[in-house]
Amino acid sequence: MEFQNALTAFESVIGLEVHAELETKSKMFCSCPVVDSTVSNPNVAVCPVCTGMPGVLPVVNQRAVEYALRVALALECEIAETSIFARKNYFYPDLPKGYQISQYEQPLARNGRLKFQTADGEREIRIRRVHLEEDTGKLTHVHRDEETFSLVDLNRAGVPLLEIVSEPDLRSAVEVRAFAASLRTILRYLKVNSGDLEKGVLRVEPNISVRTLGSSELGTRVEVKNLNSFRALERSVDFEIKRQIAEIQTGRQVIQQTVGWDENLGMTVPQRTKEEEDDYRYFPEPDLPPLVIEPEWIDSIREALPELPDAKLHRFIQQYSLSEYDADVLVAERSIADYFEGTVAALAETPQVEVSPKTVANWITGELFGLLNHHGVAIEQAAITPQDLASLLQMVSQGVINQNTAKIVLAEMFASGKPATEIITERGLTQISDRSFITDLVDQVLSANPEQVDEYVHGKDSIARWLFGQVMRSAKGQANPQVVQTELDKRLSALRAAEGH
Amino acid sequence: MQIYELPADMLARLIRTREISAVEALESVLGRIAEVDGRPGSLNSSDDDPEDNERVHAFINLTPDRARIQAEEIDRRTAAGEDPGPLAGVPFTVKDIFCVKDTPSTAGSKILANFVAPYTATPVSRMEAAGGVMLGKVNLDEFTYGSSNESSAFQPSPRNPWDLTRVPGGSSGGSAAAVAAGEGMLSLGTDTAGSIRQPAAFCGVVGMKPTYGRVSRYGLIAFGSSLDCPGPVAGNVTDAALMMNTIAGPDKRDGTAANMPVPDYTKDLKVGVRGMRIGLSSEYFRITYFDPVTGEFDQQPIPEEIESAVLSAAGYLAQMGADIVEDVPMPHTKYGVPVYFVVSRVEAASNLHRYDGVKYGYRTPDSVDYLPELYRKSRAEGFGVQSKLRILMGMYVSAAQYSEQYYNRALRVRTLIRNDYEEIFDPEGEHRLDALLTPTTPTTAFPIGEVYGDSVLMQYADQFTVPANHAGVPGLSIPAGFAGDGLPIGVQLLGPDFSEAKLLQIGMAYEMATQGEEWRRQIPRIE
Ligand SMILES: [Zn+2]
Repeated sequence: MEFQNALTAFESVIGLEVHAELETKSKMFCSCPVVDSTVSNPNVAVCPVCTGMPGVLPVVNQRAVEYALRVALALECEIAETSIFARKNYFYPDLPKGYQISQYEQPLARNGRLKFQTADGEREIRIRRVHLEEDTGKLTHVHRDEETFSLVDLNRAGVPLLEIVSEPDLRSAVEVRAFAASLRTILRYLKVNSGDLEKGVLRVEPNISVRTLGSSELGTRVEVKNLNSFRALERSVDFEIKRQIAEIQTGRQVIQQTVGWDENLGMTVPQRTKEEEDDYRYFPEPDLPPLVIEPEWIDSIREALPELPDAKLHRFIQQYSLSEYDADVLVAERSIADYFEGTVAALAETPQVEVSPKTVANWITGELFGLLNHHGVAIEQAAITPQDLASLLQMVSQGVINQNTAKIVLAEMFASGKPATEIITERGLTQISDRSFITDLVDQVLSANPEQVDEYVHGKDSIARWLFGQVMRSAKGQANPQVVQTELDKRLSALRAAEGH
Repeated sequence: MQIYELPADMLARLIRTREISAVEALESVLGRIAEVDGRPGSLNSSDDDPEDNERVHAFINLTPDRARIQAEEIDRRTAAGEDPGPLAGVPFTVKDIFCVKDTPSTAGSKILANFVAPYTATPVSRMEAAGGVMLGKVNLDEFTYGSSNESSAFQPSPRNPWDLTRVPGGSSGGSAAAVAAGEGMLSLGTDTAGSIRQPAAFCGVVGMKPTYGRVSRYGLIAFGSSLDCPGPVAGNVTDAALMMNTIAGPDKRDGTAANMPVPDYTKDLKVGVRGMRIGLSSEYFRITYFDPVTGEFDQQPIPEEIESAVLSAAGYLAQMGADIVEDVPMPHTKYGVPVYFVVSRVEAASNLHRYDGVKYGYRTPDSVDYLPELYRKSRAEGFGVQSKLRILMGMYVSAAQYSEQYYNRALRVRTLIRNDYEEIFDPEGEHRLDALLTPTTPTTAFPIGEVYGDSVLMQYADQFTVPANHAGVPGLSIPAGFAGDGLPIGVQLLGPDFSEAKLLQIGMAYEMATQGEEWRRQIPRIE
């Protein structure tokens, strides 16, 4: 109880440092291909440049700069006309040159912002800087036959890496997660990063401090590393906030340090303190000329930017009368939003059959998501095109098939890739709307159940629903329920009238 | 006259017209090497051989088999009526700071003694593509850190062919000694503070430091990356121009290489100097240095015979119609060496990071179970003293708490040095110079062992050459006679960015004007 009070007496101050590998074809400073280092054989995508051979020189990959500019512009940053690459010097076997080429005093972009939605409404977080650097290799520590050694894989060494640093504007673990997720969505929209935290393609490192509520001073920062999921991110921030408050509450001091998140223990574990931190002796990289960005280039990249999630969200709510929840689910992935709009557009081609965008959204986020999740398929790879879905929904709307049949057809479409019409014809799934046929069915059911009819006639209304079910069953679910309802109502009210009620 | 004594351009012409075969030329040079070079530099040379003092020792690694394959290919192509290129069959050497595929590339250091390069440096591959025949790798100061070649881990270090008790200069000492001794007509060197021009002057040959970026650095094992320039060492100005034609030009592997077309440097070599404005500056006739005790500037005039060699050259150029402009102010010349101490060491310390005993090169044979210990031992055992001094100083002046005071300040002074040149070469300015004429070095070649270890004194040997590296402008050193001690004197021409063609024209004019002089007929006697 006391601790809960303490929690509300403190405010947490959190900034994020995000590293995103850029999905270019080749590496940052050489022409080696970028491969998935979690599945590739070690050291297959290497050359003298990225293995740090004597005498080699880096050459900037223009595509990586373009990708970085996409992100910087999407985050509304100021782009530096001239930015400078710098050397960050330190020794480690995953760093073949003994220095990482990065940007230090003059980054590519500064002063941006990112808006995103939270349960408490819209939030805006300031972006301090965005800069380009190169990734390091990967070490694997091996214990075998009483021997301990490390294996070095340089496939990842030199892969373009974008560092995005936020201002310490975040205030809670939930907010941190929402911010990181929305940044991830943007990176995916821009097609520069897959957003895979587990593979380490995207790495999020929060720095956290706490202070008494109302204070404007910053507390001692702790940096958290080793976060492989959004869940871990949220849990670690939550843990760290509580730990720091507890430290202060018990009269101890928070030590400036880097900690690692231990998923199994559910806690952060100290890695190193400030005193152990290296002096990286940054200085301008003499092997690379200043990176000069022509204003025309910025303009053309800006023009080619896709509509970003936040703008799309607002448009979807407006244009399609969707709920914020539905719109949010649809814009979470550019491919889903595109799929939704593709379906709506296909429906618009035959306006006489009306299917609302809300119905489309329900089918996508309900049935289609269910199928995608169940089969572990991405929407881009689904065999069902937006046109296929549109024609299926039109058949439902026209009463050719009912909802339940449509779900079965959708699953079949998903599995076989066949269009809806073909499946419906093949399997004889067309819904029966023929009034004379349905009238016959109704008559058969009524005459087969005289007791129930009698109960209805004497006032038990609920029997009508049971009788409806009997008709539908005898039609094996293929009868148009609206027609069945109408015909059944007609007959039953006629029977009641005859009895004089 | 022996084939090995022929200039490169004449030899290439004779090979292209099939009057001499490339194999004949190669064998002549290999014979000369066998005669004068003695044992190559090696890591295990503790026992002094008295014969060492009678030989040049330019080489670390002679690769005759590789050279023979190249020479045979040149002959096959000329026989087939093909043109192998402007360097057809010309034997050349390469300073062992360049990588050449499948050959040891040592940088004169124990730490790279076992390193075999997996690729070839751009300027080397360009010379080979032009028909040149690579003889092998010549010695240098370890990682080019020095002015005498004595710091090479590969001993015996090269001698000066004019006097085997003297150093050849450095760090391209092996290159200059080889060309002077007839061991290959051309040599590819590098110049970070004067490392081509100073040994060229000491050995009586021609050496050019091109404009920064004019020649690709790809494959040059870096010292001071913002200062390093590959360039030619040659027997005469024409050969230097010929070599510049092949090595200069843009390179997609070097982002700092200039994207400028390359002129034909040999084309207008003999246009003369009429109407050119050539300057003299008093800053280049004295050494200004900081007294280590008082911190005040001290000055020392250079020897008179060196000053008069420069003035005599100016006289020749004036006779041929050049305007000699005296008292050109170069006020920041004296800062060249101190600024160099800071800038080059910061870059060097960082460039040496990659030699860590992990990937290639020397690794301590001791068993270690703590990674930093592997680094410490491998580097302590692998690097020589000059490398260690540079690492220590580089680390110190680039540390976060000192970098503003040293490194960033040095960069600002470097801009002032550059401004000195921009002003005197400004076509709208007061002086409107085409070139500045200076001595290359304040002394002739010094005796072996005399200043080795006295780093500050050795660095002042660079005072007239290093400002051009800071500014990035080109410089050419040409022989200008001999001093009383019988050693060559070099004079230097400095020009604005990309003025190599003009510097070579001035050098050529002087070379032609002095062709009849007695000193031109001297050749080094090695026996
Ligand atoms: Zn590579």
